[in-house]
Amino acid sequence: MTHAQNQVARAVLEGPDIHRALTRIAHEILERTRGASDVVLLGIPTRGATLAHRLAERVAQFEGVKVPVGSIDITMYRDDLRLGPARPLGHTDVPAGGIDGKTVVLVDDVLFSGRTVRAALDALNDIGRPKTVQLATLVDRGHRELPIRADYVGKNLPTAKSEKVKVLLSEIDGRDAVELLKGAAR
Amino acid sequence: MKHLISAGDLSRDEALLILDTAEELARVSERSIKKLPTLRGRTVVNLFFEDSTRTRISFEAAAKRLSADVINFSAKGSSVSKGESLKDTALTLQAMGADAVVIRHPASGAPHRLANWVRGSVLNAGDGTHEHPTQALLDAFSMRQRLGRLEGLKVAIVGDILHSRVARSNVLLLATLGAEVTLVAPPTLLPVSVERWPCQVSYDLDAVLPKADVVMMLRVQLERMNAAYFPSAREYSRRYGLDRDRFAKLHDDAIVMHPGPMNRGMEISAEVADSPRSTIVEQVGNGVTVRMAALYLLIGGENQ
Amino acid sequence: MIVIRNARILGGEPRDILIVNGLISEIGAGLGGETVIEAEGLIALPGLVDLHTHLREPGREDAETVETGTRAAARGGFTAVHAMANTSPVADTAGVVEQVWRRGQEAGHCDVHPVGAVTSGLEGKHLAELGAMADSQARVRVFSDDGKCVSDAVLMRRALEYVKAFDGVVAQHAQEPRLTEGAQLNEGEVSGRLGLTGWPAVAEEAIIARDCLLAAHVGSRLHVCHVSTAGSVEIIRWAKSKGWNVTAEVTPHHLLLTDSCAEESPVGPYNPIYKVNPPLRTQDDVNALREALADGTIDCVATDHAPHPVEDKETEWGAAAMGMIGLETALSVVQEAMVETGLLDWAGVADRMSTRPARIGRLSGQGLALEVGAPANITLYDPAVRTPVDPTAMVSRSRNTPYEGLTLPGRVVATFLRGRPTVLDGKLV
Repeated sequence: MTHAQNQVARAVLEGPDIHRALTRIAHEILERTRGASDVVLLGIPTRGATLAHRLAERVAQFEGVKVPVGSIDITMYRDDLRLGPARPLGHTDVPAGGIDGKTVVLVDDVLFSGRTVRAALDALNDIGRPKTVQLATLVDRGHRELPIRADYVGKNLPTAKSEKVKVLLSEIDGRDAVELLKGAAR
Repeated sequence: MKHLISAGDLSRDEALLILDTAEELARVSERSIKKLPTLRGRTVVNLFFEDSTRTRISFEAAAKRLSADVINFSAKGSSVSKGESLKDTALTLQAMGADAVVIRHPASGAPHRLANWVRGSVLNAGDGTHEHPTQALLDAFSMRQRLGRLEGLKVAIVGDILHSRVARSNVLLLATLGAEVTLVAPPTLLPVSVERWPCQVSYDLDAVLPKADVVMMLRVQLERMNAAYFPSAREYSRRYGLDRDRFAKLHDDAIVMHPGPMNRGMEISAEVADSPRSTIVEQVGNGVTVRMAALYLLIGGENQ
Repeated sequence: MIVIRNARILGGEPRDILIVNGLISEIGAGLGGETVIEAEGLIALPGLVDLHTHLREPGREDAETVETGTRAAARGGFTAVHAMANTSPVADTAGVVEQVWRRGQEAGHCDVHPVGAVTSGLEGKHLAELGAMADSQARVRVFSDDGKCVSDAVLMRRALEYVKAFDGVVAQHAQEPRLTEGAQLNEGEVSGRLGLTGWPAVAEEAIIARDCLLAAHVGSRLHVCHVSTAGSVEIIRWAKSKGWNVTAEVTPHHLLLTDSCAEESPVGPYNPIYKVNPPLRTQDDVNALREALADGTIDCVATDHAPHPVEDKETEWGAAAMGMIGLETALSVVQEAMVETGLLDWAGVADRMSTRPARIGRLSGQGLALEVGAPANITLYDPAVRTPVDPTAMVSRSRNTPYEGLTLPGRVVATFLRGRPTVLDGKLV
């Protein structure tokens, strides 16, 4: 990972691209869930949670629907905990109405191996029993290691496995961008 | 962090990480499924050389909520009571592959010794008259939960400081976290050189109470009376007990804590113990969460 | 006929020492003999005398025996040791002290002078048969309940009085028992932090003060074992200034180590290797003890060599046995604490480790100056080397040295007991 920092970052999405992609996803959610009446948006910290809030804002803008939005930390469900020191936990915030019988849309910034989503599904399982679970991601960079696919994709981004995709969001990073870092093969 | 033996070993960042982790984990206790898969396949041994059902149950619940396998090893009726040494017990645990050993022992320093003989993490669940770091962490957690901060908080710890592992751990941890501790006790129940500890010392509870944000009452054991640390239970209670009149001297937001088990009517009166400003019951729940956090941070990651 | 060539007697100019029939027959230059021992650069000291050794036999032969303990003594440069009475059975009868004395003779590595118990079974209730021990083959002159204090003032008074009849001395282990119930470590900052029951200095000082007054009152000889506090030094200094017949010893470990060892060691805090009675004290105490040894307030160094098997030290602090071995490191520690600091010269070391302890123990053939006609009890010592302390290289049966990992100066190269080498080239003969 440290090698990547020496590499030149190439912006593959700029602020307006991200803006458009999220707008499209918001529309697709409304369409596919017939007005998003039973939808709960749960972002995976850190940037997935921010994206979930942005999606909720757009849904409210377009149709005036107030979609419950929250976050679900998956750290304790990761399958790679033993590969590093214990990680600090992200914030889990399940909206007051819970998720039982709801359509949960998981939101993450980058879909890669699928292991994070697998962990999120396990975590959801311990919180309640949604009617359906869908997945929204800003970037799908391929290289899946599990049978998982996204329902809503901002941008399909072909990458080499050694490359690193970095999502920057203004709430956290001061600006919006998706950058591709040419990583040295590990 | 490899072991949690002394509250004094924790840096400010490490202490806050434990408290913040506990805060996230507190939600798990509110769910219908109070379990996380994090420590699946890990073994936590509760090695108790002293009876302490509450602490053992708290650690056991914490380990089980993280899906660890828990082995309870009580010294009573085991090979230990037949004279097996702590070292041999440690080697046995080592052979069983313990990832963490939670130890309660009547000898101060036993966890330090144990750490020399086992590869896993050692968590001190109370050693002699030395320390009880997870109790201090849960106390700090409870204070922060009730009062919203620790920095600058005025905490009075009242009672048998000399023999209290809870007091030692609290003084060290709260100093690290920026709270101002005052120890209140009769001079016989204060260690020599206590003036070198990072805290204030007073013999006069009534003078300390009006300024305190937190009053932590320690259990006073009656055998101390027989050893002439104080003349009688009644006199102790009159001078250092938290009764209704003294409780009234506290400011309105101040809280009352007690690590339990309580001697109602001795160091604390029943109505104070049961008042809404007492955190005694929530301290128990917070104990589980804080111990989950400690276990996760110690053995949730890679093996060292 | 042995000639020791170019030895610096008490650190002086190189001289040859000729030994004939166990006596020093000539001191000079260019002497010849059948056996020549080159001692260039080595210091010659009168054979060291220890007033306070635990040989553990009879009873705890797993920790030490007369044989192994006296080997350790010879290796440390000693030609005489006083074997403490707290054995099992206790050395409180003529039978037991004679047995220990005989075992010492058989072993032959150094003289063994049994210490007799003051009270039967060290129980502090009835005087042991002090006279019988004094009259026995072992010729006991030092009496001590060491390990326990003769805390009963009347009993102490009687003991002090009684031993006058045969010029004996009571060596008191000064520890007020009620003030030290369950005591683990010097009462102070460290014990407070570690949550270990404190062993307050006053518990030693109160007994020493009382005993000095008692000794003065009955006109007897008192010896104070292992003085460990600055306050004790003051009391002894005061007693001596009154002209009272009080002597005192200090251990090597109390001259070098402090209670902070209990908090910091290579294997973490609470390492019971540092658990000893009286406990290690503070740096202020160490400084006061060094000064007192230098100015003669404290008469001598005594090792309080206290061997314990591994299992008695590989435990939690509270369960561990008290004591540390010291015979093989005593001279090195004294060099480090007293000579390197400029507090004592080698003549001073000879006085504090040989002459005075022999005089206190009333030993006739030990502790004499290295002069023509004196018994050839000689220790050859190389002060120039510095080596890390290696417990596994020690000949004591036990390994509980607190100096492991430290680098200490000096090495005993040879020891002669009445002309017969017990150690040559650092190895037992």
